[in-house]
Amino acid sequence: MIAEAGHYALVLALGLALIQSTVPMLGARWGDPALMNVARSTALAQFLFVALSFAALVTLHVTSDFSVVNVYENSHSLQPMIYKITGVWGNHEGSMLLWVLILALFGGLVAAFGNNLPLSLRANVLGVQAWIAGAFYLFILITSNPFLRIANPPLEGRDLNPVLQDIGIAVHPPMLYLGYVGFSISFSFAIAALLEGRIDAAWARWVRPWTLMAWIFLTLGIAMGSYWAYYELGWGGWWFWDPVENASLMPWLAGTALLHSALVMEKRNALKVWTILLSILTFSLSLLGTFLVRSGVLTSVHAFASDPTRGVFILLILCIFIGGSLTLFAGRASSLKQGGLFAPISREGALVLNNLFLTTACATVFIGTLYPLALEVITGDKISVGAPFFNLTFGPLFVPLMVAVPFGPMLAWKRGDLLGAAQRLMAAGITALIAFAIVWAWARGGSALAPLAIGLAVFVVAGAVSDLAERVQLFRVPPRVSLRRAGGLPRSVWGAAFAHAGVGVALMGIVCETTWNSEHIAAMRSGDSTVIAGYELRFDRLKEQQGPNYRELVASFNVSVDGKPLGVMTPSKRNFTTRGTSTTEAALLSRGASQLYISLGDTTSNGGINVRMYYKPLVLLIWFGPVLMAFGGMLSLSDRRLRVGAPKPARALRGLQAAE
Amino acid sequence: MKRLLLAMAILAAIGFSPVRAVQPDEVMADPAREARARNLSQELRCMVCQNQSIDDSEAPLARDLRLLVRERIASGDSDAQVIDFLVARYGEFVLLRPRFEPHTLLLWLLAPLVLVGGGLMLWLQARRRPKSGAGEVPPDELTPEEQARLKVLMAADAPSQNQP
Repeated sequence: MIAEAGHYALVLALGLALIQSTVPMLGARWGDPALMNVARSTALAQFLFVALSFAALVTLHVTSDFSVVNVYENSHSLQPMIYKITGVWGNHEGSMLLWVLILALFGGLVAAFGNNLPLSLRANVLGVQAWIAGAFYLFILITSNPFLRIANPPLEGRDLNPVLQDIGIAVHPPMLYLGYVGFSISFSFAIAALLEGRIDAAWARWVRPWTLMAWIFLTLGIAMGSYWAYYELGWGGWWFWDPVENASLMPWLAGTALLHSALVMEKRNALKVWTILLSILTFSLSLLGTFLVRSGVLTSVHAFASDPTRGVFILLILCIFIGGSLTLFAGRASSLKQGGLFAPISREGALVLNNLFLTTACATVFIGTLYPLALEVITGDKISVGAPFFNLTFGPLFVPLMVAVPFGPMLAWKRGDLLGAAQRLMAAGITALIAFAIVWAWARGGSALAPLAIGLAVFVVAGAVSDLAERVQLFRVPPRVSLRRAGGLPRSVWGAAFAHAGVGVALMGIVCETTWNSEHIAAMRSGDSTVIAGYELRFDRLKEQQGPNYRELVASFNVSVDGKPLGVMTPSKRNFTTRGTSTTEAALLSRGASQLYISLGDTTSNGGINVRMYYKPLVLLIWFGPVLMAFGGMLSLSDRRLRVGAPKPARALRGLQAAE
Repeated sequence: MKRLLLAMAILAAIGFSPVRAVQPDEVMADPAREARARNLSQELRCMVCQNQSIDDSEAPLARDLRLLVRERIASGDSDAQVIDFLVARYGEFVLLRPRFEPHTLLLWLLAPLVLVGGGLMLWLQARRRPKSGAGEVPPDELTPEEQARLKVLMAADAPSQNQP
């Protein structure tokens, strides 16, 4: 009954999407407000019905109704409740339903908070949203229906893929989808602007909060996925250049470029055509990511759920939306008027440079991910493109970008003073040099490259601090005045500083972890002890224990430094009986931002066990960086200038004047 | 030029790397040779795995390949010889970083072309524009609908502005 209701609700949502994809757009064409206003109610109703449908699936999973194929295949009555719920999207059908739920949520948000949009723009935006939603409802209903029943219901389910029974991976997909799907809004805005043939700075102001929101979620989603891989896959690696990871990195790179170019458009009414193109590309890459992951065209470490018939359907969606939008773009772009002019050395110029590097970085990932596929399809040759390729091509692109980051906010709009900016960055540069010298002296005998990279990271962080210090005129006016100025700075300035500092922090973590990581691999028996990076690890004992739906082998290690005990680390290997697969649960012990990491290998014939131990200096900075970036994004989002559902126009105007 | 490339390669290598599956019994006695073996392992694909190097993978094939690499190193092969040996045996699929050859031209050159092409385009555009930052293009005209809305807003706002 619940399953059928959920299915029916989804069909109704499809019906609503079909109405929403035509009526309001026709209304916008004919200038009929009544027709245009239809979009608002259909978007809200659509969200309601998809939410009902999703709630139905959650209920089925929670109550372990094994008469539903999806529940049978991905759940187990003994599974902890949390994984019964997260199992809803730990499979293909459910995750697609989550995808459309989030799409409908964004549509609903635009409908609810888009009162300040011109009526025709809102109608067109929601119309385009409905096109996307309709395509994916059809996809779910035709190829991936999560509500199918089994004729003879089994008594027990087949359990969720054990690798996914983890809180990190449980939160990862919703975050990632909020990012992916959030970019659909900027896409819809871009298409609506092209349809109306009219675009201005106000457009950029409406689009930016949505883009920013999507970007924040995508940043956190990627970081969370990376941290999950780090502790769950048991290799201690945190980025594998796996096609599935690349699929999420591409929209992030394009989205980051979009955030910056939309800024130019909002402030200076320039880069319009490019911003529109980036909006289209960013969402296209999100769609491509969905295609790569969901079609099974790549089978990778994350591969779960794949079926070729679905692949063709998504490919079709992909072609229609990307092809259609780019055709529309090609036809209409030339009619968009170019806006404000600027000198090459200016804030705009710096942002253009940022876009150039981010786009190239994105192209690198795109080519590296898809080239082997294309080559195999065309010539039948099989090649591999892996981490060494990306490290060689992607890494160097970030060096000039990082050097440029601190300069951007220091340059004035229209025409900047590079020398002046360099002078204001003197303190940051000196700090970076000192950092370089210290690190180099400390890492005697090593190559100078890692210390250089640390220096670069410090430069980025110090640059962000200098930017704030300049704006509040630190040390040049009395501290009280500085403090007041700091309070008066627009939140978006704080946001940019935090986000930029986050990039530097992440780089620092990356460099430290990869360069000064200590590793020790040994077969150990109870009583053995070993020393890694000054920490003594004594292998205490190995014991078996029973979890809710698995058996696990737990090892305990006593950790001490200079004879002082620090704690006990308990890495384990879990064996999930239903699926007969096992997972490794690494044990982590944080020391500041550094971590000790232990994971278990196979047992040896003489009663010992292979153990991998790592000391990873400052490894947590790798994820702390993205968290800072996201925090910066949130600060920016809370800037009254960009507040979603902005206050009354008149007040917003005055707020803006105060900020300038 | 060669040094620059090398420098870039090392700089890139610190980007992302270490995940290890090496078993204790595989490790070579000579640390220098072991380090070579580890570096080579990271460039070689475990062919039965999905996107894992033999250094990462716990698959039996990866272990065989790791041992093979060490065997070749022990018998005095240079790094290039080891790679050639493996490519001759398993095909180019084993390399995680494809060689620069006719069929991988696009793979290697497309991204640099994007960068150079984009940079060139921007440079030309900057040159074509008038030097002075003036010549501001006026924003788009307001539509009649917006004109009307503006009037309403101005009217609504007028009293409050008189009494700050």
